[in-house]
Order: sequence, then C-alpha cells, then structure tokens
Amino acid sequence: MTEQQWPLWEVFVRPRRGLSHSHVGSLHAPDAELALRNARDLYTRRQEGVSIWVVPAATITASSPDEKDSFFDPAGDKVYRQASFYPVPEGVEHL
Amino acid sequence: MERHEVPGASGLLSEVAAAEAELRSAADRDRGGTGGTELAAYFESVVAADQKVEPRDWMPEAYRKTLVRQIAQHAHSEIIGMQPEGNWLTRAPSLARKAILLAKVQDEAGHGLYLYAAAETLGVSRAELYDKLLSGRQKYSSIFNYPTLTWADIGAIGWLVDGAAIVNQVPLCRCSYGPYARAMIRICKEESFHQRQGFDLLYTLARGTAEQRAMAQDAVDRWWYPSLAMFGPPDAESTHSAQSMAWKIKRFSNDELRQKFVDMTAQQAGVLGLRLPDENLTYDSDTGHYRYTPPDFAELAAVIAGNGPCNRQRIAHRRAAHDDGAWVRESAARYAAKRHEEAA
Repeated sequence: MTEQQWPLWEVFVRPRRGLSHSHVGSLHAPDAELALRNARDLYTRRQEGVSIWVVPAATITASSPDEKDSFFDPAGDKVYRQASFYPVPEGVEHL
Repeated sequence: MERHEVPGASGLLSEVAAAEAELRSAADRDRGGTGGTELAAYFESVVAADQKVEPRDWMPEAYRKTLVRQIAQHAHSEIIGMQPEGNWLTRAPSLARKAILLAKVQDEAGHGLYLYAAAETLGVSRAELYDKLLSGRQKYSSIFNYPTLTWADIGAIGWLVDGAAIVNQVPLCRCSYGPYARAMIRICKEESFHQRQGFDLLYTLARGTAEQRAMAQDAVDRWWYPSLAMFGPPDAESTHSAQSMAWKIKRFSNDELRQKFVDMTAQQAGVLGLRLPDENLTYDSDTGHYRYTPPDFAELAAVIAGNGPCNRQRIAHRRAAHDDGAWVRESAARYAAKRHEEAA
C-alpha cells in the first residue's frame, strides 16, 4: 500500500459544563482542524459534549504498566497523607 | 410518529448500564493473592477479578490475536452493514423515515470507526485491517450478504438483525479487554434506537394496507433464519468458544444467546401481529423457553465461505468506495502538509 496513513488523534470530550474532559476514543485525520470536525461527527452525534480536545497520539508520553509498582510505590507508605490516619479524640467537632 | 416500546429491549439497556457500573466497581476490587510480579500471573489475576486488560499491559499473544480477529470482524460488519440499508436511502417513503435511516446508517459508520480504533490499540494498523477485509483474510457477519428487496426489509433488519446483534453485543460490554468493552457500551446504547425504529417501521406496515402487511410478512419470512444464523455454529461445532470464555472475551455460548433471542422475538412478533416462519415454534412451559427449528448451518457455512447471494457485490462495492475516496485522502494529506510547511 503506497498511501500514507493519516496520523492518529486521541479525543477528549467535556460532557457538561463543570466536568473535566474525558478520553472517549481515537480517530485518524490529516490535521488538527479535521480531527476536531471528525471527532464532532464521531463522538458527539447525540449531544454527548460541550467541548472537545484532540491530541496527536504520538505526542502523548505514558507511564509504563510494567514499572507500575516502582513508579507508584513512593505513595504507598505515606498513609499519613490520608485524613483517616489521625485518630480523633472523642468530643471534637468540626475536625 | 408514534413510539412503541419493544418488550425486552429496556431490560437489555439496563444490562448495558450495569456493565458500565461494574467496569468502575471492578477497578477498585482487591484481586486477592499476591498479584505476583510474574506477567502471566498478573494477567490471569486481572481477568479473574473481572477487571480490564489495557493496551500496554502484557497479554498472551493468542489473546491479542483472538481480539484482533473478533474486533476486526465486528468493525468490518458495521462498515459492510451500511450497504444493504444504504440501498433504500433514496427510496424511503417519507422524509421522516429517510432522516431516521440516514442517522442509522451514519451510526453504523461510527460503530465501525469506534471498533477499528479499539483494534488499533492492539498494534494493527487501519490500512492493514482494510486490506484484510478487501482480500477476504478477515470476515464480516454473514447476514450482510443477503439482499434488501423491499422497504419492509429495512424494518426486518432493524428488528431482527439489530435485535440479534444487541443480544450478541450486550455481553461484550463486560469483555475483559478495556477498549473493546468501552466501545461496546457506547455502541449498545446507540443500537437500541436501531432496533426500535425497525420495530416501529414493521408495526406501521403491519397495520397498513393488505399489500403493506404482506410486504412486512415477506420480509420477516426471509430474514428470520439468517438472523438466527448470526449467532454462529451450534456449541458443539464452535471452534473459538472455550478459550474465549476462559479469557472472558465471550460470556455466553452461541446456543444460549440464540435461545435468548428466540424467546425475546417470539413474544414481540405477537405484538407486531406478524408470524415467524417456523411451525415448530412453541412455548415450553417446563423450561420457560421457546422450542424452535435451528437455522440451516450448511447455508451459513456456504455464505461465510463466500457463496451467499451478495458476497461479491459487497466487497466490490467496498473496494470501489475505498478507491473512489483516494483523491479525498490524498488532497487532505497534501493540504495538511502544505499548511505545516507554511507554518514552519
């Protein structure tokens, strides 16, 4: 096949005002403008969103699932970051 | 236009919602055991806990291949499935019916694209998938090799073919592969409109003139057995089932799903006032299920092998559409490159 494949874009949709954009899927498009239009047609045919982001998939840097343990371990032994770590003496209000 | 509730369909929609809730709650579940550092053990524990496998997780090569085959087959079915219905777009009997059919055919394109995107997360390229469809190395559903001879066929496709598809697809919302499960949740929510518009179309024809009624009955007569065949060969002859069940790609056997579809549809036919073309169709109060005549599996095998009524036409049309669109793809790519140069 001689045809060049259009680049892949990841699509994020904000479902309603006040909510954050969430990943909904991906699509191919030659440029950002067409990616946005295609995303409108593909992922919001039923008014699923009020705002769309398209991001070139190639520009996303992801953490690796293989090094998940060592990568996220540092947070594991810091239970003192949770409010529930601290005992509340009886009778204290509004803490 | 009047709206009619399709009995049984709302239950399926709540199953989709339940699958979506389950996807969230399973993520918080303790997988038990040590989880292990060994990749295969980790994969097994994720599947056992009904959690989702994600694209960059380690997975057995056979799991990946099975998913590519199944998701690609599914995507191709959506894309080829636009043809039998597209056949009636210019001849819909009213503007309202035309708008509905256009929206439905556009949905099928969308479903194909969600699924191609899900397949691509497994490391295959879109070009490779198109190529395998056109060269016959990957299949699409046998049902789309049957012709749409009358307008009533559009109703029969919505009610029976999309009805069967929903029964097949709702359990896939719980599939162990994350991108496929998420695509299926989105698809199933949209698919229920497809079935309902078909039921509505047939319901209207069944209450029309004698000629319209006869047309509706004829369409149901022709689409019933091919729809039953959509669930695949009987369990005893199904080649991929056992392993797919173990990996939680598949949740129910072909015959279980076929029975579920018969039970739902037999009841709905009564509401429509149309007859399903099976003299042996009877309710068995002992089992709580309908007895029915199985479809002709030799015919299914022949259609899958390429000898259905429309196999060659479908692929020729798909190839022509792809080739005719080449200039659009090339121009858009050229334009993007030019703008990129100008900006630099």
